[in-house]
Amino acid sequence: MKKLFVGLALATAVSALLPVQAAQVPAGVTLAKEQVFHRGIGSEPASIDPQKVEGSPGGFIVKDLFEGLVSQDADGNTIPGIAKSWNVSDDGKVYTFHLRKSSWSNGDPLTAHDFVYAFQRAVDPVTASKYAWFMQIPGIVNADAVIDGEMPPSTLGVKATDDYTFQVTLENPVPYFPKLLAHYTTFPTPKKVVEKYGDDWTRPDNIVSNGAYKLSGWVVNEKLTAKRNPFYWNNDKTVVEEVNYLPIPSATSELNRYKAGELDMTATIPLDHFKKLQKEIPKEVTITPLISTYYYSFNTKKKPFDDVRVRKALSYAINRDAITKYITGQGQKPAYSFTPSSINGFVKPDLAWEKMSQKEREKEAAKLLKQVGYSKSNPLKVELLYNTSESHKKVAIAISQMWKQALGVEVTLRNEEWKTFLDTRREGNFDVTRAGWTGDYNEASTMLSLWTSESSLNDAKWTNKEYDKLLETASSTIDEGKRGLIYEKAEQIFSSEMPAAPIYQYVTSRLVKPYVGGYPMNNPEDNVYSRDIYIIKH
Amino acid sequence: MLKFIIKRLAVAVPTLLVLITISFFLMQAAPGSPFTGERNLPPEILKNIEAKYNLDKPVWQQYFLYLGNLAKGDLGPSFKYRDYTVNDLLEQSFPVSLKIGAIAFIFTVIIGVSIGTIAALKQNTILDYIIMALAMTGVVLPSFVIAPLLVMIFSITLQWLPAGGWNEGTWEYLILPVTAMAIMYMASIARIQRSSMIEVLNSNYIRTARAKGLPWRTIILRHSLRPSLLPVVSYLGPAFVGIITGSVVVETVFGLPGIGQHFVNGALNRDYSLVLGLTIIIGSLTILFTAIVDILYAVIDPKIRYQ
Repeated sequence: MKKLFVGLALATAVSALLPVQAAQVPAGVTLAKEQVFHRGIGSEPASIDPQKVEGSPGGFIVKDLFEGLVSQDADGNTIPGIAKSWNVSDDGKVYTFHLRKSSWSNGDPLTAHDFVYAFQRAVDPVTASKYAWFMQIPGIVNADAVIDGEMPPSTLGVKATDDYTFQVTLENPVPYFPKLLAHYTTFPTPKKVVEKYGDDWTRPDNIVSNGAYKLSGWVVNEKLTAKRNPFYWNNDKTVVEEVNYLPIPSATSELNRYKAGELDMTATIPLDHFKKLQKEIPKEVTITPLISTYYYSFNTKKKPFDDVRVRKALSYAINRDAITKYITGQGQKPAYSFTPSSINGFVKPDLAWEKMSQKEREKEAAKLLKQVGYSKSNPLKVELLYNTSESHKKVAIAISQMWKQALGVEVTLRNEEWKTFLDTRREGNFDVTRAGWTGDYNEASTMLSLWTSESSLNDAKWTNKEYDKLLETASSTIDEGKRGLIYEKAEQIFSSEMPAAPIYQYVTSRLVKPYVGGYPMNNPEDNVYSRDIYIIKH
Repeated sequence: MLKFIIKRLAVAVPTLLVLITISFFLMQAAPGSPFTGERNLPPEILKNIEAKYNLDKPVWQQYFLYLGNLAKGDLGPSFKYRDYTVNDLLEQSFPVSLKIGAIAFIFTVIIGVSIGTIAALKQNTILDYIIMALAMTGVVLPSFVIAPLLVMIFSITLQWLPAGGWNEGTWEYLILPVTAMAIMYMASIARIQRSSMIEVLNSNYIRTARAKGLPWRTIILRHSLRPSLLPVVSYLGPAFVGIITGSVVVETVFGLPGIGQHFVNGALNRDYSLVLGLTIIIGSLTILFTAIVDILYAVIDPKIRYQ
């Protein structure tokens, strides 16, 4: 007998009562006659193919054009998408999704086979998807072997038991698996169309999608246009008729276009304009927490940074309040734990050093450094690596000043162009390096798994067996409360070992015109679905 | 003349090959790869991606594969924009840069040469000073100042013209970028034209023509303008290529889908095939237009033709 997952069942039940997915226009609001939404997306999307896309510009578009098994509400909670409901086997390894009857934008029925195709396509070496690892995270059966080319894609642990039932088998129970399915890599793709047009299938003339919108125009580096998809299952509740996505890499140019009335929503706000805009148009400046941390990694394989006391001293001496207040100043929060507090179900641990005052921390830092043998007369020399950018430079200068003042540390700054920097960092050619990490799904493991010994992202090359074990246990702990406790412990180990110094939690800051209704002010994954937006008469 | 042209073109092919070879290996030598990102890809996934783009093969083999495809006119897939080939991207973006560039070029030449000539004829008068002061301002003001300034005045404050975008090249979207581009070159041309005209006007044969009592108009239009254009023409060859292959700054400020934007992004993304494709296009155009300038020289100046 199959056990119905209590939490998820509740979510499903609640969602059946509330029309959470779709634009919710409050009573008394008069809508504009022309429902056209112009959104800035930063830069040109790398792709709009769900299994090939990477990065947020393409992500914004794919999330409008396609819909996966689940979706998210304005606060980032998981809600049903194409799957009406789902249940999990007793051992927690087999997930069964019950799909609603829906269609592709050409009227063809959307079935469980389309999901089978998409999942297989994501791991197929021929697709060469950069996000193939997204199928490895929950450990879908045979994902590793298929990616390695040892087994054919058809052996992946997914199947359609009938046209409207889709089943996924995992190697181990991963209780947060449904949360992962709001990610674009798991969205369905139309097999017939992909096979007919090859790489050209995403062109406006060829594309067939299943989301609220369908692509109607695409000029690279200028704009993409999408029109409402009349076949979308929830089309009645969609308000915006046409969405224009404008890739404008220069934040200043984007701001100009916004001021000239050509954009309703920007992708970002230029750092040096932020304060002025907050004074001039405070209602249009929005700040949303993000599952993302800005941090400095220490090279734990290099002396003296292999000594935890040195790492701790450097981390303690960073005045995070000063940085978020005076340097970044866009509502970023000081970070002491690696996992941002905005993450779903994460309880921030009680970290002793967080509770100290900055003075106390600096005193402790000086003490630690002295123990290792460094003093103002025999100063620690640090080379700080960061990628070339005005804002990273400001932070680096401030922190090197803090280190100098509190500890007498002599800092050399080294900046490198982005791709060069990535190479240097990966090769471990640094003392201390800037880094940033944005979670891929709304669960603490998206952050904490970065620091396991085997993680390819662990640039500090830090290893800790206890930490590895905790994360392994967490990944199969079904009870969310218990899992939270494990993550808390992992954070404690991280703090006591300090392979990296968390500095601040990123935010998404952007300008949104007052007449744009339905903007999600609290989605920590920055999922702004155009289907939830409406344009108010103005 | 025909021999001259053939000789010029025969040199072009090896030049281009050298250019491709150097660019190819320089691009490979640059640190970082098209597939590095904040997230280090797991090795098995990286392997699949590299296999797709032939990057798992030895570099020399990649080089010959590239040349082989190039001979068929195939510039390869873009490494960054996965839904497009480099041919697709260039087909879409080159006409945009060409249109803006060509319009800007026509304005530049007509206005630049005219005001340069006027300044020379009215040498050391108020008119000359005003024109030259404006030209100097145009030369020293970089486009990254002029372009946002135009946006601020005409788009944000007055709201007369769009602040950016292309919209299939309708006229209101062209005015500001064309102006921003033309100003830079116009100023240089006016200055070159003025000094060259003054030089011609002071030469002996013009003095003779005046002594013979030829009308001033005939002297200017028939005897002075043509020789005075020589320095301008030699400047125009490279300038024309620069202008039609898109100004990075102007395209970025106005969000135009031309090839200037591809150049910057291509280099930053290590999009090897895109950068090589652009290098080939711009290289070919440069070679072509230098040749055309040489030929034009021969047309304008009989001395060169007979040498």
